[in-house]
Amino acid sequence: MAEDRSDDGVLSRRELLKRAGLAVGAVVVVPALPAPAAQTTSAAQETAEALRTFTRLEYETLDAICSRIIPTDASGPGAKEARAARYIDWGLSGALVNLRDQYAAGLAAVEAHAIRSKGSSFAKLSPEDQDAVVSDLAQSTVPQSPQGFFNTVRTHTIQGTFSDPFYGGNADYVGWDLIRYPGVRVAVPAEYQQWGTDLKPNHQSAYDSEMFSKGTI
Amino acid sequence: MATTLPRTGVVIVGVGAAGGVAALPLAEAGIDVVGVEAGPWLSTRDMAPDELRLQRGVWPPGPQKVDGEVPTSRPNPAANTTRGANHPMMNGVGGTAMHYMAQAWRLNPWDFRVVSETTRRYGASRIPAGSTVEDWPLSYEDLEPSYDRVEYELGVSGTAGNLNGKIIETGNVFEGPRRREYPMPALRSSGFMDRMSSAAQSLGLHPFTGPAAITSRPYEGRPACVYHGFCIGAGCHVNAKSSPAVSTIPKAQKTGRFNVVAEAHVTRIEVGRDGRAAGVAYIKGGEEFLQPADVVLLASHTYENVRLLLLSTSPAFPFGLSNNHRQVGQHYFSHAQGGGLTALFPFDLRNWYGTPGQGICVDDWADDNFDHGGLDFVGGGTMYVYSERRPLAAVNGLGAWGRSGPNWGSDWKAHVVKNVDRTNGAYMQRTTLPYEGNYLDLDPATRDPLGNPVIRITASYRDNEEKIGTFVGEKMRQWYMAAGAVQVQGSGTVNAGAAMGPSTHAYGGTRMGHNPDTNVVDQWGMSHEVPNLGIMGGSVMGTSGARNPTLTLQALAWRTADHVARNWKTIVK
Repeated sequence: MAEDRSDDGVLSRRELLKRAGLAVGAVVVVPALPAPAAQTTSAAQETAEALRTFTRLEYETLDAICSRIIPTDASGPGAKEARAARYIDWGLSGALVNLRDQYAAGLAAVEAHAIRSKGSSFAKLSPEDQDAVVSDLAQSTVPQSPQGFFNTVRTHTIQGTFSDPFYGGNADYVGWDLIRYPGVRVAVPAEYQQWGTDLKPNHQSAYDSEMFSKGTI
Repeated sequence: MATTLPRTGVVIVGVGAAGGVAALPLAEAGIDVVGVEAGPWLSTRDMAPDELRLQRGVWPPGPQKVDGEVPTSRPNPAANTTRGANHPMMNGVGGTAMHYMAQAWRLNPWDFRVVSETTRRYGASRIPAGSTVEDWPLSYEDLEPSYDRVEYELGVSGTAGNLNGKIIETGNVFEGPRRREYPMPALRSSGFMDRMSSAAQSLGLHPFTGPAAITSRPYEGRPACVYHGFCIGAGCHVNAKSSPAVSTIPKAQKTGRFNVVAEAHVTRIEVGRDGRAAGVAYIKGGEEFLQPADVVLLASHTYENVRLLLLSTSPAFPFGLSNNHRQVGQHYFSHAQGGGLTALFPFDLRNWYGTPGQGICVDDWADDNFDHGGLDFVGGGTMYVYSERRPLAAVNGLGAWGRSGPNWGSDWKAHVVKNVDRTNGAYMQRTTLPYEGNYLDLDPATRDPLGNPVIRITASYRDNEEKIGTFVGEKMRQWYMAAGAVQVQGSGTVNAGAAMGPSTHAYGGTRMGHNPDTNVVDQWGMSHEVPNLGIMGGSVMGTSGARNPTLTLQALAWRTADHVARNWKTIVK
């Protein structure tokens, strides 16, 4: 969500609207913000965004792994567009903090395995070679990789793609759009449970509503 | 040194589904009631529709006393015990009714007379071997006024299928007669429900929208359900779920006679030298208190009801309170709900929204609603389908459906994208019976944070449960196929010998019956051994029926409390 970013971290859509002096409540329709020139996240923008947990190399390795677990392909955007790696980066400085060491060891092991077996840094490998390394990881044949590391990354990649954008993933709701989930709502009209009507995704976070106490990242 | 508090008329242990209902008839009768609840008051602000937050255990908010007292379980005395991480119940004012499915069923009249009706229709030999099942000491007709009262006091939605004997095809034609319609019409339908309903009709079955303790329209100041799809395991942010916390508890408080003491941990029921219950001891904020009372009503869940009785030993009751007949913990069973069955459809079902209380039920194969003449079991099961699908759970829970290969990458992703909204899991509840050798006691090895033993479950399903599971599973498969499913996974079978582990649907342990040699409480829910001790909750139920227990235990709680109020002078002496 490039449009939500600021120098001091990340602002929610709601916060932006508040700053713009707009009332936001459960039943207020959030107006579409003017699309910024760069709706898609460019590599340069990502580089500019401060990481909360990872080193740059760790982040790039992880982002590339996530992108093979849920690839960007013919069936639609994947973990890269959803920014699952950002979800994990934020989470490891929050609710997932106990897994920081596992990620450090696991990502180092993957990177070493990529260089050893394929001759290059994991993030720079071809998708085919990356798949071969991820396959080794899934089958627990990457030396020095912590027990269960693949399942940890897979679980978090799915969370980072399909959970509430509040946590840093599911950017621009690409995960929910991918599976045609019409969005979190505080009230659902009858036609949204009927067949034959068009379901319009509302693209809102649970915390766009003032009804709820905030979650903890 | 414990602080002794001023005496009250009634102290209720647990202000949840049962205790939160029982307070009302007592308070309305002018009796002072103190309700001691382990959990906190809950706020709708903590009920965000945020799947990750729910998964991370932020709901229900602390303190959760149950976390420290998860029962251990083993299928038989020769097996090792296992212990799960989570307790099926929650603490909080309103109890587990704050986040339950809110299906609000009356039992079928047959469930009250399993022994006599089975004997009459099929002969005594049809009662499953080793079962300790008895007829209830009251009939459906005896409980009907209390069912009616709690449906209106709580706020239940549904369509009558039997109004004073007149059968109404849009409701459950198999239900017992009710005196009037539900206070609110049934929850709305959905595309998926319409589809399943038509399919059931094409099979000659009698589908109907199940009853729910959820508002289908504004009721007593609360708004109608908003069907947002975060209902089970989460509190209702608009108070449409008719928990006692938003219905009977505030009504009881309005009388000025009901005082809720939240975040208080009851450790023991006190007994006087005369063998009568004297009150309860509890810990709140690290301090111990004694709450003396004329009448004690034990209204926690089955495991804690039994545990508190067994822990409350005294010279008059050396084996635990009300346990001189050694029946506390006996006749335990938990609902046979395992043996899953899931269907895959070739089109999106649009099941993202809704609530588990909003579903289509088929009762044709439940209880004794069909002829068992050519069969070798008693009872049956309800078949029920509902919507409510959350994105993370949908992706993580999607089955392979014949696909092989890794669970990551493009091929797996395409499978998810295509099928994520195309599956539905059946909710089948079956008759489950009590048996010899199935019981609850105190675990000799595992203790709670206070050092008291937790409950140990020793119980397994038997042949009757297995046969029902297989029979109903096949009926469920046929229903899905008639609705257009292309594949069905699972058989619905519950294996005989499998453990009856911890469950929200836990029954027995303080069973209700006329005979004090085989039951702990009488037909009014009062202890056979302790005249001023009442017990309420699933622990008094001797049969499960094929449907959720909550409304029945709430009707029973109302009936017990009303009995105490009407007979106050006799009971208090």
